[in-house]
Amino acid sequence: MPNPKRRGSKCRRDKRRTHKKLANPAQSTCPQCKQTRRPHAVCPNCGTYNGREVIAQD
Amino acid sequence: MRHGMNHRKLSRSPSHRKALLRNMMNSLVRSERIETTVARAKELRPLADRLITLGKRATLHARRRVFSLLSDKKSTEKLFGGLAGRFVDRAGGYTRIVRTGYRPGDGAEMAIIEYLPTEEKMAGTRKKKKKKTAAGKEKPAPAKGRAGKAAEAKKGSAGKKATKPEGEKTPRKRAGQQGKPGKTEKG
Repeated sequence: MPNPKRRGSKCRRDKRRTHKKLANPAQSTCPQCKQTRRPHAVCPNCGTYNGREVIAQD
Repeated sequence: MRHGMNHRKLSRSPSHRKALLRNMMNSLVRSERIETTVARAKELRPLADRLITLGKRATLHARRRVFSLLSDKKSTEKLFGGLAGRFVDRAGGYTRIVRTGYRPGDGAEMAIIEYLPTEEKMAGTRKKKKKKTAAGKEKPAPAKGRAGKAAEAKKGSAGKKATKPEGEKTPRKRAGQQGKPGKTEKG
């Protein structure tokens, strides 16, 4: 049975993992209130989507 | 391969799923607007549209088919007495699903599904006219949800929209704070 000759170093392990990371969530700007919001979703700040008030705000 | 996967199971047995969808159909007919998870909303949409299609037919047979889906006389009555009539000039696409965010607790993505309110139709036609005058003659644009966008953005007013929601059962969030056409004031 072939086996690794050496235990891998922490350095190499960590370098391998530098590419394993979380991506930022997608963002877009609300055309009504200019706040950042999730694309294709109601703006949590002003409650509008596609220029229409979806969730009534006070 | 994703062959033969025609619907979501929603983690339920067939009977449980059927009951859930039936409940949601009834709620939607009654309130015309409900908030639920995106997956459930997407499962509900074809059924909700079929109800309207049957309702527009307005025959005894159609009425019996609707009742077999809803099992509720009041909802059936409402569907045939007005709700379906609202969509006579619309060939499908009677519902809208809008994503609203994530539910605290289990992080499920939520959405609002609603039957298009009456005044949306007006917005669509207005847009069409505007387009014609602006850019000469053009193919009759798909006068649906997306059509309203540009027109409203141009007008920049959400006023007429705000007058819309008057379902008896408004979702919790909106209860008690309706009215006020203002669009961007933050709390």
